Amino acid sequence: MSMELRTSPHQISERNVPTIMKHVVLSLLPVCGFSVWQYGLSALALLLTITATCLLTERWFNRASAQPSSIGDWSATITGVLLALTLPPSFPLWMGVVAGFVAIALGKALFGGLGNNVFNPALIGRAFVQAAFPVAITTWVPAFAANRFSEFVPTTLTAPLMMPPDVVEWVKQQSVDAFTGATPLARWKFENITASAQDLLSGAVTASTGETSALLILLCGVYLAARKFMDWRIPLAVLGSAALTAWLFQLYNPAHFPAPTFVLLSGGLMLGAVYMATDMATSPVTPVGVWIYGALIGVLTVMIRYFGGLTEGVMYAILIGNALTPFIDQYTQPRVFGTRQKRKP
Amino acid sequence: MRLPFFNRTATFEHGIHPAYHKETGSLPIRRLPFAPRLIVPLSQHIGKPAVCCVSVGQEVLRGQVIATADGFVSLPVHAPATGVVEAIGFMPSASGKMVDSITIRVYQADPQSVMVSAPRDVESLDKKALLAAIQDTGISGLGGATFPAHVKLSVPPDVTIDTLVVNGAECEPFLTCDHRIMVERTQDLIRGIGYAMKVSGAPRAIIGVEDNKPDAIAAIQAALPADSTIQVKAIETKYPQGAEETLIYALLGREVPAGQRPAAVGVLVNNVMTLAYLGRLLPAGEGLVERVLTVAGPAVEKPGNYIVPIGTPLRFLLEQVGAASSAKEIILGGPMMGMTISSLDVPVTKGTSGVLAFGKSQLPQEEARVYACIKCGECVNVCPKFLNPSQLGLLAAKREYAEMAERYNLDRCFECGCCSYVCPSHIPLVQQFRIAKAINREKAKS
Ligand code: SF4
Ligand code: SF4
Repeated sequence: MSMELRTSPHQISERNVPTIMKHVVLSLLPVCGFSVWQYGLSALALLLTITATCLLTERWFNRASAQPSSIGDWSATITGVLLALTLPPSFPLWMGVVAGFVAIALGKALFGGLGNNVFNPALIGRAFVQAAFPVAITTWVPAFAANRFSEFVPTTLTAPLMMPPDVVEWVKQQSVDAFTGATPLARWKFENITASAQDLLSGAVTASTGETSALLILLCGVYLAARKFMDWRIPLAVLGSAALTAWLFQLYNPAHFPAPTFVLLSGGLMLGAVYMATDMATSPVTPVGVWIYGALIGVLTVMIRYFGGLTEGVMYAILIGNALTPFIDQYTQPRVFGTRQKRKP
Repeated sequence: MRLPFFNRTATFEHGIHPAYHKETGSLPIRRLPFAPRLIVPLSQHIGKPAVCCVSVGQEVLRGQVIATADGFVSLPVHAPATGVVEAIGFMPSASGKMVDSITIRVYQADPQSVMVSAPRDVESLDKKALLAAIQDTGISGLGGATFPAHVKLSVPPDVTIDTLVVNGAECEPFLTCDHRIMVERTQDLIRGIGYAMKVSGAPRAIIGVEDNKPDAIAAIQAALPADSTIQVKAIETKYPQGAEETLIYALLGREVPAGQRPAAVGVLVNNVMTLAYLGRLLPAGEGLVERVLTVAGPAVEKPGNYIVPIGTPLRFLLEQVGAASSAKEIILGGPMMGMTISSLDVPVTKGTSGVLAFGKSQLPQEEARVYACIKCGECVNVCPKFLNPSQLGLLAAKREYAEMAERYNLDRCFECGCCSYVCPSHIPLVQQFRIAKAINREKAKS
């Protein structure tokens, strides 16, 4: 009889990488569903195209480096879906393909695949297209256009390597009331008009594909955290520090700076805090480090929004947080058991 | 951080909640028959091996000393059954090494009811005589540590022990022998605790029992007088609650300084099984010839807690419980820290607290694919020593073993397995740490 020889522990938990990642994808489905309901075919096409691009790129790099397929760990799917959710619904599909390819290739494969990447791949993809296609990425279209389920936004099907057509005329035809063509953040920055919390919560605003309803994202995040597939401390730290910073600014100058609720609910902060900052591979592992990292992202987001040239700061804030993660980890190593000052018995 | 104003079960920080599989905890202890041959190693404890004092062909009585202690840090060995010495020489052991052992052919016709004993009045013994008597019983740490009991209980003159901590946590999944001992041999246990307090000079004792054993807590409570210096305390069911340092922290809130013994914070820890056997053997003047252990696991037809003579080959033991043929992996001890064995000819020794048998398909790790560390931080969140297994694992992969010890306190790791247990990437962290430690030890030697 041959006996198995193995070292302890002989019992391990049932959790594994694919299960965790799969649940992240599942929890994103309501967000995707909501955006497709709002933006119709264009949003659907964008989601599918980018996710497929990410998966194909991942597979291609597996093959090129003679590694077993890593499609099954679901991480490329997360990158694809998240990336699509941060882009405007009118984003041309061919540019989406570029974004997806860059996200996986530069953001992940180049570092050595899942776990070794320093930056959140989806944000790398987004940062790249933001620099490459500044117009397309700030072209907004109204939600709930009448025939959104039967026709694409004209820009969606732009021929590869071509610049997208102007959508102003098309938007006019849709005759959607009160469409401004600018996001709430841009309107605050340039016109000093703040959107109501109610609109921001429910998603009745102009925004990227998946950033409209802060409430929905929050609920999905709560589900993930409750099932312990996400570290709840990070979104709490991000949102908490962002709210605190915004509150201090408002105290200082209530006429100029918006309420903390506006800061929390507008733009990509909710999606970023719940789904991007929590990317395991690019966030700290130490208990203290997690709080510092989250707080840093919150503060940076508000600072960039208020004082940077851009309307939105979440993406860069998280990328900076990612870059600092190794250092945060380094300086917040846990205190080893038995090294505390001896207590008097 | 423990919140003192928060009224909750005593516990330590971090740790895990594995599936406990404690079904055998409700089954009474049963006796196993004697195997035809018993293999009794001379060294079943930490310290110098015993010196054989019988010869081949000699007849031995159950309980008779067959090997004497070699100095203070050593223990005698007693014949586990009446029979004849068949061989003295190398036999397989659990570690895979061949070790010096005495093989006894058991008289099958003998009822094994006679037992060499010398009853004594323990109360009249002074500390020194008591220590000598404890050594004569041959008891080592029966929880698996196998440190001679009398050595552990002898406190140097410059050290004061204020609390004897009695370890009834039994946090390893599957194992329930300590549980049954607390329920069925409560009087032995309390007597043993008394002896241990006397030799160590500890004015009080606390028995820590995980709260998944309410019947054990109740049994002990009922047996203690109201003004007893012995206390029983429920602690949270969490692994590794029964490790010395976590247990001391849970019960007393004291942190044993890194690299030091519990005596540094005035504590001595002993396992319930050890003390229960002490309470039984000391007044009877007998030697340790058998022990209670748990036999369980999915490949075992009749799991339970059995009184097993020392030296019983595992093959015989597993045949008795209906497991020998289907078992593919045999673990001595618990699944978290126990070790697998390569041969069924290995005997049960004083330190064997459990024998677990798994069939081929019952091994979940078999198909587990190893991914890169995704830095989920789970391992950091569970390590009871507050280490950073993630970082240690990354360094191990780069073979930076010296860095692991110098900057990341590798030596503090006691291989509890929590980090490997939770790792979603299935990285064999503990195994890597063991290798790293071994290499560092080798380097330190040369
Ligand atoms: S095995 Fe070592 S590193 Fe892992 S959890 Fe236990 S003490 Fe910590
Ligand atoms: S549990 Fe595993 S994957 Fe997670 S941080 Fe630790 S070593 Fe890395």
